[in-house]
Order: sequence, then C-alpha cells, then structure tokens
Amino acid sequence: MSETFQLDGEDIPFAPGQTVLQAALSAGHYIPHLCYHPEFKPHGSCKVCTVKIGNRTAASCTMPAQAGLEIESNTEEMNALRRTLVQMLFAEGNHFCPSCEKSGNCELQALGSDLGVMTAGFRHFYPNRPVDASHPDILLDFNRCILCELCVRASCEVDEKCVFALSGRGITKHLVVNATSGKLADTDIALTDKAMQVCPVGVIIKKRVGFAVPIGERRYDQRPISAQALDDAPRPPSGSGVCQACEE
Amino acid sequence: MPRLDLSPTDLESILLRYGSDPTNLLQILREIQEFHGWIPPAVIDSLSQSLSLPRGHIEGVVGFYSFLHAEPIGQFRLLFSDNITDRMLGNQDLLEYLCNKLWLERGHVSEDGLASVDTTSCTGLCDQGPALLANGYAIPRLTRQRLDQIVELVLQKVPVTQWPSEMFLIEDNIRRSDILLGNNMQPGDALRAAIAQVCVPGSAVEAAANQRSWREGIPSVELCAPLSTLEEIKRSNLRGRGGAGFTTGLKWEACRNAADEPRYVVCNADEGEPGTFKDRVLLTAQANLLFEGMTICAYAIKAKHGFLYLRGEYRYLLETLNAVLEARRSANLLGNGILGQAEFDFDIKIHLGAGAYVCGEESALIESLEGKRGIPRNRPPYPVTHGYLQKPTTVNNVETFCAAALVALNGGDWYRRIGTTKSAGTKILSVSGDCARPGIYEYPFGVTVRQVLADCGAENTLAVQISGPSGVCIGADEFDRRIAFEDLATAGAFMVFDESRDMFEVARNFAHFFAHESCGFCTPCRVGTAMLKATMDKIAAGHGTQYDLAEIDQLNRILLQSAHCGLGHTACNPTLDTLKRFRPTYERRLKSLDFEPAFDLDGALATARRMTGRDDAGAHLSMETAEPLAAPPPDESGVLLARTES
Amino acid sequence: MANTEQKKIRVATTSLAGCFGCHMSLLDIDERLFTLLEHVEFDRTPLTDIKHCGPCDVGLVEGGLCNAENVHVLREFRNNCKILVAVGACAVTGGLPAQRNHLDLADCLQEVYVTEISLHNGLIPNDPELPLPLDKVHPLHEVVKVDYFIPGCPPSADTLWKFLTDLLAGRTPTLGVELTRYD
Repeated sequence: MSETFQLDGEDIPFAPGQTVLQAALSAGHYIPHLCYHPEFKPHGSCKVCTVKIGNRTAASCTMPAQAGLEIESNTEEMNALRRTLVQMLFAEGNHFCPSCEKSGNCELQALGSDLGVMTAGFRHFYPNRPVDASHPDILLDFNRCILCELCVRASCEVDEKCVFALSGRGITKHLVVNATSGKLADTDIALTDKAMQVCPVGVIIKKRVGFAVPIGERRYDQRPISAQALDDAPRPPSGSGVCQACEE
Repeated sequence: MPRLDLSPTDLESILLRYGSDPTNLLQILREIQEFHGWIPPAVIDSLSQSLSLPRGHIEGVVGFYSFLHAEPIGQFRLLFSDNITDRMLGNQDLLEYLCNKLWLERGHVSEDGLASVDTTSCTGLCDQGPALLANGYAIPRLTRQRLDQIVELVLQKVPVTQWPSEMFLIEDNIRRSDILLGNNMQPGDALRAAIAQVCVPGSAVEAAANQRSWREGIPSVELCAPLSTLEEIKRSNLRGRGGAGFTTGLKWEACRNAADEPRYVVCNADEGEPGTFKDRVLLTAQANLLFEGMTICAYAIKAKHGFLYLRGEYRYLLETLNAVLEARRSANLLGNGILGQAEFDFDIKIHLGAGAYVCGEESALIESLEGKRGIPRNRPPYPVTHGYLQKPTTVNNVETFCAAALVALNGGDWYRRIGTTKSAGTKILSVSGDCARPGIYEYPFGVTVRQVLADCGAENTLAVQISGPSGVCIGADEFDRRIAFEDLATAGAFMVFDESRDMFEVARNFAHFFAHESCGFCTPCRVGTAMLKATMDKIAAGHGTQYDLAEIDQLNRILLQSAHCGLGHTACNPTLDTLKRFRPTYERRLKSLDFEPAFDLDGALATARRMTGRDDAGAHLSMETAEPLAAPPPDESGVLLARTES
Repeated sequence: MANTEQKKIRVATTSLAGCFGCHMSLLDIDERLFTLLEHVEFDRTPLTDIKHCGPCDVGLVEGGLCNAENVHVLREFRNNCKILVAVGACAVTGGLPAQRNHLDLADCLQEVYVTEISLHNGLIPNDPELPLPLDKVHPLHEVVKVDYFIPGCPPSADTLWKFLTDLLAGRTPTLGVELTRYD
C-alpha cells in the first residue's frame, strides 16, 4: 500500500518523488495553480498553489509529498491569498479580456472567475509592452504575460530551440525572443512547436484564428477550471527536462 | 576608461582566460563590461556561438545584473550609493550637483556619450559615505570639492584607473577588536594545527573514522585529523554569521556526508545588506584568515575547489585578494598537497558579482556562480547535497570562515566559552549613521545595544536598524536588548538614527531598495515590492490614507505566506516595524479623509493643459475628494439595504 | 416588515468613459424591469435625463475615467450614493479606453489634431467647455472608494439581475463562477 498525506482531511496517496500538487491532481483533487504544467518540472513561481501545513505555507507544486502531512488547501485563508495573487497578476500586466483572443480559454481568467475575483483591486501598473507582430503566422502580445516561463521551458526542453528567455528583474522582468533583432520572425519557431501550445494566457497567439469559437462554447465557458482538474494530472514529460534558458 | 572598440582578439583572449566555459558567463560578461563599457548585441551573438548558449539566455543574464548593460551607458558611469546612511550624509544634493556640473540628467547618458549618473544600492561604505562607484571603483567621503575634481577628470577623459589614488582610499575604521580582528595568527598556523590532530584511542572521533574509512575507502588514520577538525567546529557551537545562524559544524558534516563528488567550498562575500560592511574590512584586514578558514573547511569536508563570491561593489579588492591567494599558493597553503599532505588538494577562485543583492541568498549565489541569473532555488534539495553544479557545497559567510580558522587553531572549547550559551564567539558589527565613531566593532555575543551606542558615541538615539532592512528596527525602550541569536540576531548592520531623523523616510528608502533588488521570480515579491514602493511614495506625497496602511498590512501577509525567499518575506519589515514604533510619523502624513486617489489627479491633466494651452479652472482637478457616506441608516422599508460583510 | 407602502430604493446610473453597453444590458433584464421598479426609483440616469445626482442608495457607474469631467461625475456619485458599484470592464479595469495607456497623450493629440487632416484646422481644441483628457485612463477604484465590482463587457442581464436582487434582499451580492465573466 502506498503512503498517504492528508489534503483537506482526505487521504491522498503518492508515489515517491511526487510533489504535493502532483499527487493531489493524480488523485483527482484540485489545487489552484497557474505556472504548473503536467509535462514540465514544477518550478513554483506563481505561488497560486500555496497551501498550509500546520503554521507554515509552501507552494504545493514544488513541495515534496511526505507521509503524514496534514495540508489545508481549500480554505478561506488560502483562497484569499490566491485571489490576491491573481489580482496582482491582473494589476501587473495589461489584461483586457474583452478584446483578447484567448478569452474563454485563458487560465488566468478562468482562475480569477473561479476564485471570485471581481477586480484587480490594486492600482494598475499599465506597463508599456509593445506587441511583436513580425512573424507571418504568430502574434506575441507581451501585455498579457504572467511570466510563468512555460514557453521558455517548452521551447528549450521539447522543441530544443530556446526561442524564449527571460530578462530584466523585479517588476521589469520580461520575456525576450532569441534573436539579435529581438523579433519572433527571426527565430525558427514553428506553429507545431510545443511552445505554441503551453501559454496559459494570451501571449502566444496564432494569427487569423482568433474568436473562431463562439462565446458559450469555449473551454472555460463549459466548466470552471477547478472542474477540469484531471486534465492537469501529471503525465510523462515530453522533453528532455534540461533547459539552458529557464530559471530552475 | 572603457575602450570603444572590442576587437575579436580582445574577446578571444577573455574567452580563453575563462576556458570558454558557460559557467563563467557572468565573469566573461563582467570583463567585457569593464573593458568595453557595455555589451553590444554583436558581442552577445558571438558569445552565443563560442559558449554554445542560446542568445536569449545571455541577454537574460545581462538584463539581470545592475552592473551589466546591453546599451551604452557612457565612458564614465558614476553611481551614487543610495543607502539611507548615504542620504543622511547628503548624497541627493551631491548627485544633483554632479548632474548639473556634467550637464546631464540623472539616469540618462550625456548627449556626447561621455557620462551617466545614477544611484545604486548600498556600496558598503556607510561609515565613510556618501560614496559612489566610478566605473565600478568605490570612492568614499564625497564632497562638492571631490565632485569638482571628478568632473575635471571626466571632462578631460582621464581613465578611472589613472585617477589620483587618494580618491579611492578606503579606511578600515576598526574601533573595537576582539579574538577575530585582534588575532595574530600566521598564515598556515590553523591548518598546521588541524593536520597535526590524531585520534585519541577509544574516542568518538576514532570510532567515526573507522566507520567512514569503510564508507569513503580511506584509511582511518588519514581521517583522524579532518574528522577531528569537523568535531572541533561542531564543539565550538559556531553558527553562520550571514544572518540565518545555521550551525556551521552540522552544515559541514552534512556536506561531507553527501555521497556525491566533487565537493565545493563557497565563501559568500556578497555583502549586500544595506548598512553592512564588516566583510569588506575582513577581506581587507584578514584575507589570510578567511582563506585559511575556507581551506580548513575543504580539509574537513574533503573538497578540492573553492570560490570566493565577491560582490561587484568590492571590485577594487580583486587584485589584492588574488595576490594573497598567490602568496598562499607559493607557501603551499593552497594547491596540490597542501603542507605536504598527499591527498590535500584545494584551490580558490574569485568570482565577482555584478550588482544583485539577491545573490547573497546562498542558492541564488550558486546560480550566479554557475553564470546564470541569480534566482533562489527551490529547496529541498539543499546546497550541502546539491549545490554548485548540483554537487555538495558548503556556503558560509566571510566572518564564519574566519571564526572557523580560529576554532581550528585554538579548539572548540576555547571558542564556545566566549559569548553566550546559545551564541558562541564574537560578532562584528558595522556601525553607521548618527554616531561620532562609525566603523567596525567586534564584541563577544551578548553585548547590549545600549553598550554599542555608548561605544560609538551615539547621542539622542531614536532608533537602531539591526541587521539592515531585512532585520529589525528597535526604539529606545529596547536598547537593553542583546546582540545574540537568541535575542537580536544580526548579519552585522547597525544603523543609528537620532531624534532628528524621520523613520518614515528610512522605511521608504528600504522599500525602494527591496523593489529594486527583487529578482522577479515569484508573483508576490515581484509585484508586491513594487506596490509597497508605490504606496510609500503615495504616503510621502501626502496622499496616503488609512486604506494605504491597510494595504501594506495585506501585502505583508501575502509576502510572508507566499514569497519564494527571504527577500520577499522581509520586504515589509521596515515599514511594519516603523509603523509599530513610530506611528505618528506616518499619521502626520495621512489625510484625514477615508480615501485618496492613487495618483496625482491634477498632474494627470498637465500634458493636456500644455497641449491645449489652457489654464482655466476647468483645466484643473483638486485632490479634494469624494467621501463615501457613512454606513447606510437602518432601513424602514423592510428591504434591507446594507453592505453585509460576511 | 411588510409596510404596504415600501420606501423605494433610490438608484442613479451613469456612463463615464464607456459605451453604454452596460446600460443596454440593464435594459436587457426585460420584463424583470417591472419587478425591479416595484422596489426601485431612479435618480440621475440616462433613462430619466436628470442631470445631477441627489442623495441615493445605490450608484451604478459604467465606464472608466478618461477626462476631468469623468472625475467630477464620479465624485458626485460617490458623494451622493451610499453604495457605489463599478459596472463593467471599463469601470473595473479601465477597459478598452485604457488601451491607449501605453501611448503618450501629447503624441495622441498631436497625431489626431495636428499631423493628420483634422476637423479643427490643425489646432488642438482648447474650448474651456471641453473636458481635458487625463494622461492615462483609470478604473474607478483608483480615484474613489468603490463598494462593489461587477466585471464583464458588458455584464449580462442575468448578472445585473442577480447582483441587484441580492443587494435588494440584503445579501452580500455573490455572482458565482457562472456569472463572473471578464468579457
């Protein structure tokens, strides 16, 4: 019999090497998260998956599962923290859902709606982040970037192209494109790349296919993100797991 | 002075010196920056080729460190240290003076590309500020006369390396010495003492040696001395001096126990905590003791390679420190077969940082040593098992290694008798701010704040910031508290503020510091520190309200619960400490009104006024503001209309 | 509880830098409007054409703040309404108008009135009757205290109905995941 820990009072079995979030998702239990993707090694930057263990808190995506842990996740305290983190992301970037092609399929939006976020609350930063429309088939709208690094990891580990990287630090941290010109058109990115599929928000957009699915039929119109937890259950990595450009 | 051309041969010679090794990327970039004044796109391209690294990765590293620039920043880069102590000594006036003299705007390169002037985080010269860095070299005790001299040199385009050496004279200012600063150990003494140890028959060390002999495949007799050294360090109760206070002996033992090889010894000399400068003095006055301590560590944990991670601000120490290392190599205190011990090979390389406070966090420091952006790692695993290049690594502070050398020489029992029961040994304090004798003070642990204040000649003291912005701010009723792990744990900063100081401005300076130094990896710290800075600026501008204080509380809660590392956890401390102890300084600035706009409304019309040439009453907005009505009155209609906060 | 003559809840509405889409959505509650009107009477709103807001229980504000006039109207609402509600994406986030925030206002005015062929003889209009634009568009909560937020572009009729009926019944309005939409 495998070992277990408790999540909100329920026993969660885990395999050696699994983190708390991975074990929870495998067992069909949802913990809200953004920067975690089942095919990549968790790195814990968004902190939305933070849970409480006794008196301390930790990002569940990077915390190794251990037998006997008693973990609280779906509590008002943790959900309030998650709401604030989501609000921070909304205030940090330029998230104009009504005019975004990703609306209805966006994880940030779905998470906000599921957690009951009604406003960014804080003062908006309104950063100046020009879009990169240089590529004939792909648009990069940095306004929506939440710096989850999934495209960085996918492009390095799976596509082995390292089209994306991060530069700057603090509030000026930003995504950069791996070309002297800094333009996507000057990279070898392809529509079939893994990096094209992993953006949880609307940064990496295929041109000429936006708004094709009517409102009401998009992914998160159907069921809230928390109800689609099993889709995020851990699965074998699709890449080498080695990345030069990412931070972990 | 930076050269304007960087020929392929220049680049090649730099690459050659670093073996075209990607883990040396930061060192390579730092040298290019120093040589050329900036890092042009074409250079990044060719580095990408030679080091087989993605271009974006290199761009990311350049973008992370304050002292690396992907755009020209002038032949002369003049950065004023902007710690609160520099401010108290008038750095802002001086900065403005220099900008005027050079006909340039702060943060912008002069039109002729000659110079730029800006601020940088604390340069560790708080006892002799205000200070600046000229192309990376520290100049203390700035005055207008000194700036006039600098302006002349800049205008005449005299390379910084040829500026008068007295400008760069940095004092040790050692005011009180104890076992560490007062030691008269000769290079090699501690190592000889360590090597000379033998196993007492029947002792615990002998038993451990026998056990390890089997595991490590080394004859037990050869293990006696290293294990005895480890035992002495454990017996001494020495705890890390970088702030966290982890027991050094346990760290070393865990590293020795890690199965993987090779092991590394890393000295954290990234002394970035504002107000801390004791490591600078140790590096100047006790370099041999430090390197001896690192070598002792290597002996105890069986490491072959060591790094000194020296903060970029201490660039001026590089040549001297390398000379000390060279002398130690000549004396057979470094290199192969140290002091004739066949299996004892160890050497130390110096890596320079490039302006990133977060690299003082040990796992971020290791990332930086590997040539990457300095992002703190997820733990576990810890550096003792998975450190530099994922190999077992012991990271200690400069002062810790110095103390370890003394322990090796004089024994653990000798050391643990000094200080208090829980805090063995001495602590070196970097005293700055409002006092007659700022400088370096070494005390046995347990000294009261009051005693330190008396010794440094502080009068009418309002507050002391212990251990820098990430530490604690205490008021006069707490001056009988003691410097010790069990009371006021500190990495060494001791900033004194007298009654003329405004503690709100102190906290605001620190809020700016944290926002500038946040690595940006995690959401709460990246966004939260920027929000805290904006809120403190709003209060400073006279637009703060109770809502803003509530928002600071909320940010603090979020940062404590979810930030990735200590930088985020402690970012609100200075604000909360001063709010708790000096609340009137905040309240004086708050509007009595409930709510104030987040920005300057009238200022937001300035552009439109300028473009339309209007200045009538309708072209202005007062800050006088709308107030929400009081809570709704009881409702008579039966339809309850109230904001029910559930 | 049951006074036959119930005192009606006084509601004011306005659109600042918005498109009146949120008002259209309010009208979209269709026949439920009659039920609403049993409990509610309107003060200043485009429906009544009352020009200034008097003391009210609830103020529903659509649109963000893009000029000085918007600020004045918002303040009037805040000063007169016990409960102020930001209705719709523009009021909550700045919305579509805020997409000019990355542009320099001076450049915009220059481009529109001077560089390009304009209706104003190459001059930037400076009539004192015209409100001056703010250099950035802001959501309401950055200028006054806002009690409730209803996101959506526009919030659906059902969303507005749920919010208003909760409020009228004395409950904390909760939209739930179904009705909390940002687009």
